[in-house]
Amino acid sequence: MLAYSLRRVLQSILVMLVVALISFALFRFVGDPVNSMVGQETSLADREALRRQLGLYDPFVVQFWNFITRAVQGDFGISYRLQEPVMKLILSRLPATLELALVSGTAAFILGVGFGVYTALNRRGLASNGIMTLSLIGVSLPTFLIGVLLIWVFAVELKWLPSFGRGDTVALTSWWTTGFLTPSGRASLVLPAVTLGLYQMTLIMRLVRAEMLEVLRTDYVKFARARGLSQRAIHFGHALKNTMVPVITVMGLQLGSIIAFSIITETVFQWPGIGSLFINSVKAVDVPVMAAYLMMIAAIFVIINLIVDILYYIVDPRLRLDGGGKH
Amino acid sequence: MSQSTSKLARMWDSDVAYSFRRSPVTIIAAIVALTIILGAVFAPWIAPHNPFDPSSLNLMDGFSRPMVPNEFSGNTYLMGTDNQGRDIFSTILYGARISLFVGFAAVAFGMILGITAGLVAAWRGGWVDSLLMRIADVQLSFPSILIALLIFGIARGVIPTNMRETMAIWVLIVAIGLSDWVQFARVVRGAAMVEKNKEYVQAARVIGVHPARIIFSHILPNVLGPVLVIATISLALAVISEATLSFLGVGVPPTQPSLGTLIGNGQKYLFSGEWWILLFPSATLLALALSVNLLGDWLRDALNPRLK
Repeated sequence: MLAYSLRRVLQSILVMLVVALISFALFRFVGDPVNSMVGQETSLADREALRRQLGLYDPFVVQFWNFITRAVQGDFGISYRLQEPVMKLILSRLPATLELALVSGTAAFILGVGFGVYTALNRRGLASNGIMTLSLIGVSLPTFLIGVLLIWVFAVELKWLPSFGRGDTVALTSWWTTGFLTPSGRASLVLPAVTLGLYQMTLIMRLVRAEMLEVLRTDYVKFARARGLSQRAIHFGHALKNTMVPVITVMGLQLGSIIAFSIITETVFQWPGIGSLFINSVKAVDVPVMAAYLMMIAAIFVIINLIVDILYYIVDPRLRLDGGGKH
Repeated sequence: MSQSTSKLARMWDSDVAYSFRRSPVTIIAAIVALTIILGAVFAPWIAPHNPFDPSSLNLMDGFSRPMVPNEFSGNTYLMGTDNQGRDIFSTILYGARISLFVGFAAVAFGMILGITAGLVAAWRGGWVDSLLMRIADVQLSFPSILIALLIFGIARGVIPTNMRETMAIWVLIVAIGLSDWVQFARVVRGAAMVEKNKEYVQAARVIGVHPARIIFSHILPNVLGPVLVIATISLALAVISEATLSFLGVGVPPTQPSLGTLIGNGQKYLFSGEWWILLFPSATLLALALSVNLLGDWLRDALNPRLK
């Protein structure tokens, strides 16, 4: 157990180092950092001084080491575009993205499991066929198009919900602002959350349906029927419980995708989160923000992968037999 | 070549063609996809107007409703016009042309890269194989849109400002292609590993055929089936990626609007009630993506009945 965990942690650190190398190369070689920081009228001598101050003449390894030590402390430099510390920018926009991801992830999980169980238990029903057909369209529709169509129907035609922004927010701490506490904040969350969660919901629904159909055929379910247990106990106590392991794994892995796909949703709904910060940085070639975002997303992915792998190892004893989780 | 008629007849009788004839959904999907592709290819001859020629535009025609004569000029447009008086039908034809060009080119690029990597990994084995597959693993754990955005951002920083406009489409093709080579590499590697140990390859080795020749003219043709399936599904994904990136404003330049650009433009006029600027490009993109996806699904089932 310990050896396996240790090896997985080492692998994760290696991946993070590679991502850090890419981020560093991005910062160092895409455009000239000095020219991006100073104005046109800065003298050559001043530029030279800044170059020395930034350590751009140091050996590559030393520069990379300094980059990593600063990154670990959360120092990613100053944004070229907004002239503010990158970490401050990201922290001020992180709550918006996390709240959106939390709401859409939770909704996708609950609705996905619910619809999945329903369509598995009523396989031939009219409603099941309708749900399955709709899910096919949900998978084929590009995220941004879902968002635009939702705005059209619910914001422009029906005028039920706002089409952009976060509504009124309440500051909880110096940088955490929440939209949960105001009516307009909650209303603003609905359309972006649906846009972001629809794909995940169809994914979970299809997975739960397939797993349920599989489990309902097993011997222990037949045995439970033979013992005369109620339908409810069989479906939820025996069948659903056993479908949850793969669902939770997929959910964990999808959490990273939700954050990445929020780039699109945030642009459609002008949501002030880190996704829209990233896309504006890409447009303006604001390298420090791009590098920081890349490192942050990579860290989230690597940590989730690590937790899922170790959980798998704990949950599924079969993985332990061959002395490690080679897959 | 002289046997082309009998070849056609044999194709008509093959299992693949049979499963095609038996599936109405696939036939409809093929007709829709083919219509859009032909419309895009022959856009300059089909389109009633050239949306890129300013002399053919009349601002008086702006915001014409579909199928209703314009109140100033009296002209009627099938799908209406946008703010500058461009015929929506024509912009869709030209937009689909750019979307499909980027889509096909990106898939071709990703495919060549992925096939080469897969074949090399399978043939060489050892550390080359481990390295390539590890890169593939890491890349696969990140969403492709993120990778495409990152490549786009890097390219923007490297390419001088005055070149950005002309290079944008090629950057987009490379970005989307690089974000989906992994699928090809994995499948080709898996299939080539199996082929590698078969007797015909060993025979070729024994008589001293050059390894490059064995790889490309003996192994490659035998692994192309699954590649074709992935290429079809990748095309749908590439068209969607292109539309998404262009919609986000980091794709094609405004002078060459693709379907994604048109949808982004249409969103601006939604609140003032000009719904047709949004609706028709969106419907075209959806029809294209859905039909190509369905064709890919059919192809997978037809080429590999075991998966059904």
